[in-house]
Amino acid sequence: METLDRYLIEHPFLKDMGPEHIKLIVGCSANVKFDAGQFIFKEGEEADKFYLIRAGKVAVEVYSPERGAIALQTVDDGDILGWSWLIPPYKWHFDARAVELTRAIALDGKCLRNKCEDDYVLGYEIMKRFAYIMEQRLDSARLQLLDVYGK
Amino acid sequence: MVTQPFKVLRAKSETYDTFTVELAPIGNGTQFKFLPGQFNMLYVFGVGEVPISISGDPEKPAKLIHTIRTVGAATRAMQKLKIGDAIGVRGPYGTPWPVEKSVGHDVIIIAGGIGLAPLRPSIYHLLSNRNKYGKVILLYGTRTPDDILYKRELEKWRSRFDFDVYITVDRAAVAWRGNVGVVTTLIPKAQFNISNTIAMICGPEIMMRYTVQELNKRGLSYNQIYVSMERNMRCGVGLCGHCQYGPNFICKDGAVFSYESIKDWFLKREL
Repeated sequence: METLDRYLIEHPFLKDMGPEHIKLIVGCSANVKFDAGQFIFKEGEEADKFYLIRAGKVAVEVYSPERGAIALQTVDDGDILGWSWLIPPYKWHFDARAVELTRAIALDGKCLRNKCEDDYVLGYEIMKRFAYIMEQRLDSARLQLLDVYGK
Repeated sequence: MVTQPFKVLRAKSETYDTFTVELAPIGNGTQFKFLPGQFNMLYVFGVGEVPISISGDPEKPAKLIHTIRTVGAATRAMQKLKIGDAIGVRGPYGTPWPVEKSVGHDVIIIAGGIGLAPLRPSIYHLLSNRNKYGKVILLYGTRTPDDILYKRELEKWRSRFDFDVYITVDRAAVAWRGNVGVVTTLIPKAQFNISNTIAMICGPEIMMRYTVQELNKRGLSYNQIYVSMERNMRCGVGLCGHCQYGPNFICKDGAVFSYESIKDWFLKREL
């Protein structure tokens, strides 16, 4: 029987993660697919998952009544989507919508949080990887705020 | 060098504040030879003279092409030029992009906003000598989808199998189906041979700063990275001193520099 281990090992977010931890993570994972235009989550909903994008493109959006939906960022092959599952009160801060057909692995946030509490080495590994992604996205958001191409 | 009169053959709006003009010499010769990355001093009679990069194909010297963004009196006057109007041209000046040094290498071109214009001649050169180079990649970032330059040409380039083109915008409405995020976010996705790659970057200085950092994080050394600098250029030949940058004059020793050669000056705020 084919399991998701193979996809997890291949994903850049879990690169060089030990096999014992992959085994723990695979128990919280599911293969998912989103059609173009489909919402993956919406602002204010419970953030009970995060996603390892295998193929496709997802826009992280914010909705403004005056301007409609505004895309703040896109993530695609090899990226991760969502970290609100890590931080109380575990609610999504933005919308996420598939821009094109997107295949991903969904990781159950609660399941993974429990495993991280039981195994601090796993928890530290996951936190280190998320800290790196958060730092990158914070840098990008700051650059976007600068509006560097303006006059 | 003496300013030569040129006439406007064609003018085309690219975005709300950027336009492209095609020029041909009046009188002296029919060709304007230049190297990718060089610039001209363009003079609107009675208004002023400004340095503008050449954005046309170096292998088609019959037409001199400039893409210009309106930022001041001279460029606003240029925007009003009509077919047949005259403009003064002095040049070409400056150092070229390292297209010869890049032979046998992968080439990654990173452009931000109007920075695509000075890089377009090197793209033409790389594509017309495609078999001399490894992978050729363009990463292009702009403010919004409406600010994208050379839309038709980008579409054509994207359809080529031997040219990887990635475009991103800083913000977009949902109708945009491309990437959203700053241009540096494209760098981790680009596939190139780190030890055998030359990077050419042009855009706002702050964008180039973060781009150099990101390329360095990927493993590129500073002598593999080339940037195009911009300062207040007046004479174009290193005499007036307006564009002094550390021990260099941007107009004469640049505008294209290897990052290695200017790294000590790049973060100096006083320059």
